[in-house]
Amino acid sequence: MTPAHTAAAQAARSGYGKLLAYLAAQTRDLAEAEDALADAFAKALDAWPRTGVPASPEAWLLTAARNRWLDGLRRKRVRSDARDHLTLALDEAQAQAETHHDIPDQRLRLIFACAHPAIAPPARAPMILQTVLGFDAKAIASAFLVAPAAMAQRLVRAKAKIRDAGIPFAIPERADLAERLDAALDAVYTVFTRGWGDPLGADPESRGLAEEAIWLGRLIAQVLPDEPEPKGLLALMLHAHARRAARRDLGGRFVPLDAQDVSLWDRPMLHEAEALIHQAAAAGRPARFQLEAAIQSAHAARAFTGQADWAAVVILYDGLVAMTGSVVAAINRAVALSRSEGPAQGLAALDAVAEDPRLADYQPYWAARADLLARTGDKAAAAAAYDRAIGLEFDPALRDFLQERRAGLG
Amino acid sequence: MQYMLMIYSDQSRIQAMAPEDGQKMMAAFNAYTESLKAAGAYVGGDRLQPTSTGATVRVRDGQTQVLDGPYADTKEQLGGYYLIEAADLDEAVKWAARCPGAAVGTLEVRPVWAM
Repeated sequence: MTPAHTAAAQAARSGYGKLLAYLAAQTRDLAEAEDALADAFAKALDAWPRTGVPASPEAWLLTAARNRWLDGLRRKRVRSDARDHLTLALDEAQAQAETHHDIPDQRLRLIFACAHPAIAPPARAPMILQTVLGFDAKAIASAFLVAPAAMAQRLVRAKAKIRDAGIPFAIPERADLAERLDAALDAVYTVFTRGWGDPLGADPESRGLAEEAIWLGRLIAQVLPDEPEPKGLLALMLHAHARRAARRDLGGRFVPLDAQDVSLWDRPMLHEAEALIHQAAAAGRPARFQLEAAIQSAHAARAFTGQADWAAVVILYDGLVAMTGSVVAAINRAVALSRSEGPAQGLAALDAVAEDPRLADYQPYWAARADLLARTGDKAAAAAAYDRAIGLEFDPALRDFLQERRAGLG
Repeated sequence: MQYMLMIYSDQSRIQAMAPEDGQKMMAAFNAYTESLKAAGAYVGGDRLQPTSTGATVRVRDGQTQVLDGPYADTKEQLGGYYLIEAADLDEAVKWAARCPGAAVGTLEVRPVWAM
């Protein structure tokens, strides 16, 4: 790759979301902004090797995208009032970029547009991946286990909705902020959890989704310093990410949380997470992500005291279940209870949610159930539960681990 | 809606597996089948014998040709299939991703043409 290609690729990596956010915020048309930018990047790759990389690559790309857009408007004979409006918006964008010698960072506004309550929930995280982070549709489809054509259609629909419904590219007013922020944080956390299944980065195509989500989390926490939940989410992600190196052994085999070598946990990252939890708590507004971060913190205690604080984990899950009614939280609470009070108590807590029909294909429920049955000595029932968990698992390393556990029942 | 999950893999690799790895793979497939049944998604499915045990047949211009082996000479061969009931392609793809065959080969997911 020539230096010009590398520079263009770097501009794409670092500048794409910023440029797109800026163009979209000015024009409210994401799909057109994407097309114009794609064209600008193609022009850059063609021109820069001959002319050299311009002093301000982002300003160059913005100008190219703007020109392309205005050409398109002329060719398509867009109604003159609509054209005037867009021309004005694009001129304004250009002028602002020139006077400030920099393009204002409006990526948070773009995140809020993508995670707007009017956008279908399954489209929100994919929209953020595509627009803010510049992921291609194929990679997004793989991350969400969806056929590429179906994912592309979902993204096209969401963009049309943003344009046609006039969804604002703005940070919500205080009255709406809590609800809208929840949706945005939820989408970012979804990006993070999609990256969780690939701890070794085995897929060379995938840019680390977990790292990208942490980057988004930092962005939100920085722009909204008075809000505790972005700090809670960032702390939650950092806590989980700090354990990355310990989640697989040298042979690539899965290592469960309580068997992980704590010396492999990333201490500076754990400390950063702890500091964020304390800062968030100072606001006196506990909510979902702060609670989940506190649970991770109680697990992380093992790195400092030699033992996870299971009693604290149970209490925190009590709070989470009360707050969200989540069956996932109820399952995790049962597992924590089995650690602090014994497997029979844990199993009784699992039985309390066993009727939920969603559990038929929910692997963590069956894995938890199998483990607790094994610990109570009910080998036959444990084997049957392990089979359900094995049959529902996506990750080959985790499937191997469950098969070994099942074989170990004797 | 019904979907067919067709499992393609390099059969020479499967045949060269150590016996304990083969048993582990079979156990994983059995567990997968049981989970499909328990979730009410299982319609049918079978493992196929290696391609060398079969034949291809075609009739052209009134002439019947019978040949050994598979239709196309590819690296991966059809080794088995599941027929499942799923609400939509998304759900079918999720089941396909859980299939132990997806970790060693490739699954093709196709909706069944409803007659």
